[in-house]
Formats: sequence, C-alpha cells, structure tokens
Amino acid sequence: MALDKNGIAKRIAQELQDGYYVNLGIGIPTLVANYIPEGMEVTLQSENGLLGIGPFPEKGNADPDLINAGKQTVTAMKGASFFDSATSFAMIRGGHIDLTVLGAFEVSENGDIASWKIPGKLVKGMGGAMDLVASAKNIIVATTHTNRNGESKLLKKCTLPLTGVACVKRIVTDLAVLDITENGYKLIERAPGVSIEDIKNATEGNLIVEGEIPEMKL
Amino acid sequence: MNKVVKNAEEAIKDIKNGMTLMLGGFGLCGIPENSLKALAESGINDLICISNNAGIDNFGLGVLLRDHQLKKMIASYVGENKEFERQFLSGELEVELNPQGTLAERIRAGGAGIPAFFVPAGYGTEVAEGKEVREYNGKMHLLETALTADFAFVKAKYGDYSGNLIYNNTANNFNNMMATAGKITVAEVEELVPTGELDPNQIHTPGIFVQRIFQGTNYEKRIEFETTR
Repeated sequence: MALDKNGIAKRIAQELQDGYYVNLGIGIPTLVANYIPEGMEVTLQSENGLLGIGPFPEKGNADPDLINAGKQTVTAMKGASFFDSATSFAMIRGGHIDLTVLGAFEVSENGDIASWKIPGKLVKGMGGAMDLVASAKNIIVATTHTNRNGESKLLKKCTLPLTGVACVKRIVTDLAVLDITENGYKLIERAPGVSIEDIKNATEGNLIVEGEIPEMKL
Repeated sequence: MNKVVKNAEEAIKDIKNGMTLMLGGFGLCGIPENSLKALAESGINDLICISNNAGIDNFGLGVLLRDHQLKKMIASYVGENKEFERQFLSGELEVELNPQGTLAERIRAGGAGIPAFFVPAGYGTEVAEGKEVREYNGKMHLLETALTADFAFVKAKYGDYSGNLIYNNTANNFNNMMATAGKITVAEVEELVPTGELDPNQIHTPGIFVQRIFQGTNYEKRIEFETTR
C-alpha cells in the first residue's frame, strides 16, 4: 500500500539525528515535525526569522507576529531566537543547517529539482527554496512518486524550470526511499506491500535495484 | 534628533510617481499597514516595489496592485495573491522574482555599501540568465547586485523619537535590512516613546537608518493562515 502524507513524513523523521538544525518546507515536509523521535533534540528553523519552531498555538492564542514560512501561526520553543531575513539566510547559505526537507514537482536522476514554477500556469515564486537547495548539507525531497495524472515525478531530466541542479541526495515517496547516485535512482526501501515492479512502473528515470530491498519500518 | 512626523500621509507627502519603494514584512506579518494605506489613497503610480511578498487580494500591497499603482515588483514569493498572478501572466505587471535569501542579501548589501556579491542560489536555473558565474571553493556562484530604494517603509513594535527600532517576534523579517537601504526610511511603530526610553542593548535598527517615524494606528494585523493545535 502506498503511504499517505503522514506516512512519508514518518519515514523522513527517521533521518533526523540528535542535535540537528532542520529546515522543513511547506506541505508534507512540515508534517515531519509531528514525528520527531521522543528524547531527540531537533531544532527547526523557519526562514522568515525563527530558530526553534514550537507547536501550533492553542485555540485563541495565535499571535499574528509569530508565523512560520508557510505563514501559519506557530509558537516558539524554549531557547528559540528571532532574527531578520538576512541573518536567517546566513544560517542557510553559510551551511549551518544540517538537513533540508522540501517538496517537488519533479526531480531528475542526477539530483536536479523543479519545485517552483509551471510555465503559463502557476506563478508563486521560489521563496527560499533556491537558497536552501544551493547550500544545505543534506537535502531530502518529500513527494508522491507520481503526479495527479499518474505520471512519474522521478524523471531522467526535469521538464519544468529548475530550482537547483545536482543537489538532491535522497527522495522519500509514497512508494519508496531512493538515493541519487551517479547512475540514477538507487532503490533503498519499499513502502509496506509495494513491489519493486510497482516502483519501476512509477519511475521514469533509471532505477537501480541491487539485492534484497527491505520494506520501510514505520 | 527628532524624526517624528504626524502620520503616514505626512511621511509620504514627497513621494513621486515612478519611484522605487521597499516594503517590509513577510506575508502579512510585520507589514507597514499605515504607510501602505496612505500610498493606496495617494493614487501615486508607476511604482517599483521591492517586497518579499505582494500581500493578499485587497489587503497590504494587494490594494496597490488592484488599483494598478505598481509598474514592477521585485519579490520572492507571491503565491497568496490571485490578482498578482493575473497581472503577471497577462504582462501588465513587470515581475522580477529573486531567491529569498538573495533578495534579503541584495537589500542588506544596498544598505551596507556593497555593490555586488556572489551567491550559489539560482545557479543552473532561469535566475542565472545574464549573470556572471564564478567558481569558488569548487561550487558555482552567481553575481548579484545590491538594491536600494527612494523610500523604505518598515514597521516595528517599538520606536523612539530618534528612530531606534525594536521588532516583535517574526515581524522583523525584511524590515531590519530595508531600514538600512532606503534613501528615506519611514518607520511606523505600535508604540512611539521619547528618546532614551528604549534599552540600547535591545535595539535592532539603530536610529541612523531612519529619517521619519510615526505612531501607527488601527493595526489590523491580519493572519493569513490561523493554525491551532
């Protein structure tokens, strides 16, 4: 069975390590915060100027001056700090963020990512995504394996305008965990009950299958 | 030095058509609401606006957009504004989208007297078109240029008569850099106090960067996505 959004987030949470500073993008990546393992200290950065994002506020306590990069009201953890956008991107560009998780429209087998623009259709802007992918030490893409039309999002080459080149390290989808290697997508894990054949059919780029591929443990 | 003006109308009285403005805020958080309202009512047009976002339909920068007062936007993310999308796609509005960190640094550089700098963001993408590329430490970088403005509009929680500013929580965002990059910087604050009443250790923006300051009124502080537990 393909994972739902929360399943993808749960699997990505297994990539976290104690002491990590992490930037979570909008959408599925935001859900990763719900699955940080108990006892592990992970500090979440929000590029609009907050280090130490806390849970959403209790009803009635939302502060318009305290939002995340998705413009949702949040709270600040004990020990949090606030700063301006230039300082925020000094953290990002300066390589101080350990892990970036973000969504994508498409990825390519060499690690390119397209996530910000569909020509003639959607104009949103790149926000902080280009800065993040150009500078993060480790980038994980959280996405469904195929789009709404059932077409693969894991391509040989991206067709949409790029956000960054050769930057993605790992992809966690509803079907699988895959690493970007010199020769394409290396299959690491399968979602529970999903066959290698299913993953092959949903992957346009070159899929590398070596040995036994274990199921994810969620 | 007393930099206090009466209100937003007085602060914007010498703005002319075609000027370049910076507007602080991230989404609707920390936007200079009073100044934006006065700009909308003034009918000034052909403006070039530098702002991370473009407000939402009918609020913030969205009002200036609706009334066709903007010629060009320099921004990083404009996803919450249908009218922006329409004007952009139809070609009515000239738009320059920047990676957010590059935008922040261009403004910081403008205020700090650094004309240009290299960053990796955008290499290999359409942002790189026409820009000098240089390799540093085995990585490709783009030459980006500084931004300044005729007027910068910022919003702070506290300010004093000398223009010292203190922001609240994530309402700092672009305000702190933009304050440094305006030829004339107009600060509006929720609480304006006499010089000497703010703790010098807590000042985010030193008064030297601010030319005009006023006590704002009737802050709506709208929330785009109220999310609770």
